[in-house]
Parts: sequence; C-alpha cells; structure tokens
Amino acid sequence: MSIISPGFGGRRRSSRPDLPPGQYLTHDFPVLSAGPTPRVPLERWSFAITDETGARTSWSWDELNALPQEDFTVDIHCVTKWSKLGTTWRGVPLDALFENVETTADFTMVHSYGGYTTNVPLEDLLDGKAWIAHTFDGEPLHPEHGGPARLVVPALYFWKSAKWVNGIEMLQQDEPGFWEEAGYHMYGDPWREQRYQGD
Amino acid sequence: MARAAVPGRLIWRVATVAEARWETPSARTLVLDIPQWPGHLPGQHVDVRLTAPDGYSAQRSYSIASAWRDGGRVELTVQRVADGEVSSYLTDVLEPGQQLELRGPVGGWFVWRGTPAPVLLVAGGSGVVPLMAMIRARGDARGRQPFRLVHSVRTPQDTLYAAELARRVRDDPGLDVHIAYTRKTPDDWPQPPGRIGVATLNTHGWPPDFAPDVFVCGPTSFVEAAADILVALGHDASTIRTERFGGTA
Repeated sequence: MSIISPGFGGRRRSSRPDLPPGQYLTHDFPVLSAGPTPRVPLERWSFAITDETGARTSWSWDELNALPQEDFTVDIHCVTKWSKLGTTWRGVPLDALFENVETTADFTMVHSYGGYTTNVPLEDLLDGKAWIAHTFDGEPLHPEHGGPARLVVPALYFWKSAKWVNGIEMLQQDEPGFWEEAGYHMYGDPWREQRYQGD
Repeated sequence: MARAAVPGRLIWRVATVAEARWETPSARTLVLDIPQWPGHLPGQHVDVRLTAPDGYSAQRSYSIASAWRDGGRVELTVQRVADGEVSSYLTDVLEPGQQLELRGPVGGWFVWRGTPAPVLLVAGGSGVVPLMAMIRARGDARGRQPFRLVHSVRTPQDTLYAAELARRVRDDPGLDVHIAYTRKTPDDWPQPPGRIGVATLNTHGWPPDFAPDVFVCGPTSFVEAAADILVALGHDASTIRTERFGGTA
C-alpha cells in the first residue's frame, strides 16, 4: 500500500537498471562523516590486519604502495539515497593484503583513524570485491573523502567503505560497528535496501 | 559509542499534514500527525517517501525540527533545493490534509541526550534544523545546560526560526545565539558580512576545557571548515559530532 501524492511526478532520475531501489543519481561527491576530518601524515600512516589470535600484519604507507595496485571503476551507493556511477579509483585489492594472513574467522571489524568502525563479512572483502584505495579520479584521495586511504566495498552501502582506514580485525562472530550500533543494517546490501536494522 | 536508538524494525507510517508554515521564502515547516509515533531524540531524522500516481517513488531524509512530547506532532522544516525532486514538492505542492509516507526516527549519533555538559551548536544555513530540535527539547525540559548556537546564514531573510530564537534568548539567560551573516547583514549590524572563522568560534563558542558537547550541521564545506577550526582551537575531536548535507535534492 502506498500513499499517492497528487501532483508528484518525480524526475524519473532513478528509472535506470544500474540504480538500486530508492536511490537517485548524483554527479557531485557528497561527504558524510560522524565527526571532524582526521588528517593523517603519510609518515605516520599504517594499516594492520589483526587475526583472531591477536597476531598483527601491518603495512606502512610505502609498503602499501609497493603492493600490486589496481585501477577499478565501480558504482557506489550511499544509504542516504545518492548513487554515483562509474567512479574511478586506484588502490590495493584486499586479496593482496590477506595473502599471508591465515584465519578461520568469517567476520571482520574495519577500524579507522578517528575511531570509526564498521563490520563487513570477510567474503565481501576478498575475490576482487574490495580495495584499500588511495586515488580517486586520478588524484590523491582528499581527506574529506577518506584520504590518505579508505576501504572501497562497492557491493555494500557506502558507510561500509570506511574512510581513513587503519586496520581490519578478524572476528569469529559478527558484531555491529559505529552506524550499525546506531540502528543501521548489519549487512547493507543496496539491492535489497538493507538500510536500517530489520530491513 | 552510540547505542542503538532504533530498536526493532522501522516501518513506513502514513503521516497527515496538519499544518504548514513558511519559515523563510524558501523553507517550509510541515506539521505532521503520525499515529503511534514512537517518539524521537533531538537530532534524529526521518526518511520521507513520495509516490507518483504511476507508482514511481522517491525517498529523501529530513531532520526533525521539533522536540518530542507525548502525543505530539512531528515537525520537519524543508529547505527548497534548486532542482529538488522531493523538496520542491514538500515546499510548494503539499497542502494540509494531504498524506505522505515516512519512517523513523533514524540516527543514534547526532543526538543530544540531555547530559549536563554545556552544548555548542554550530549551524550552516538549514543545518540549524536538527539543532533547533535540541534547543526546543532543552526548553521543554527546562534544562539548565548552557547552550550556545552559532548560526551562519546568507542574509537576514534566510534565518530560520529567527523570532522564536529571539524570544527564547530573551526569556532564557542560559541560551546564547550568535548569527554570522555571510552576504548581507541587517541594517545597523555591528560587523560586516563574513564567514565563521577562528575568532567567531573562539568568542561565541565554549573554551575546550569546558568539555562541551559540540554539534555541527550544514553543507559539507561549512562543516569541514567549522570542525577544523574547533579542533585547532583545542576541542577533542571525539566530542565534535557532525552532520553534513550536500548533493541531495
């Protein structure tokens, strides 16, 4: 049952097959963050994967840049309803970072400078589905968009693509991160409109 | 960090427009009757869904402007966005008696929970809407927390809630409001127009050692600038909550 709004025509901006339900197309790049933008000097930047035993594997900025790099073009979908199609990035596939990490855990908590966290199942990070990106549209990623480096998991709503990322913690059980604690969905599939808890 | 404020499943509810009033030439407040509304915290928002006669629908998020009282109504203040698909319908077409679909409240981070700390509210334009819900909630509760609002607007006629804020400041010595006009000031205003800067937030904010709760809301560039200034002034970044808008229409 829907309430019909007389006189509402809409712009039909979302009537295209590559837009998930409830999304509309934007051409600028909106910014959504919970607090001030962290500024992380590259010489102090690091990224670590911590497995379920507490063992850490970490990379400096130079070490990250020495890993295999990929250029990738993806559509991104924000839970606040905007989508941006065909965005171009450069970064390191998570497959390269997990190459020497042995884990039996199925869940991860992604951590960021500034204290942000978000949970992502491990299988959504591997097999070419996620990257640590440092370049957007040919330019170094701007701090307000998560620079120096952010996670990009295009298959999930963009709050899962943590900005200012500095680590991934392996978890045996799924736990909510920052927005998930605040009522957002634990998984966040845009095609199933998993916006909020219970969707 | 924030605990779940949205227990259970969020359902779409039918809201009926009880009243509508213009706040400025481009911003309109919709007063909504929503049966069985569960209540909300100041700072939360709702999703609004409009459906065209042929079934096409569009959703947008809007901050709640009102504080919650049992059995009361929910107010949204909608700023008309140039080329806005939903906002222009809400400001220019929707009339009292009509209905729309809405669900919420949403958000458990950018909310004021009535803690005793002083509060600094920094608004850019219509970013004042969720902050006004906080001011109203404090007023309803006769709260003693010292509140300061620094509000950046383009011109006097763009100032949301100007009369109500003036009345609240007059009646409540615990509330201060500083308005920064960026393009045009009222006549006989002591300062020339200008953006919020270090001096503005140093003078009209709270010292960092008061450990205020800080809420900053507005367009992205405004929030970026204000939050950077607050961090530079010595505020702990973890005490600064931000909500940005831009790119939504």
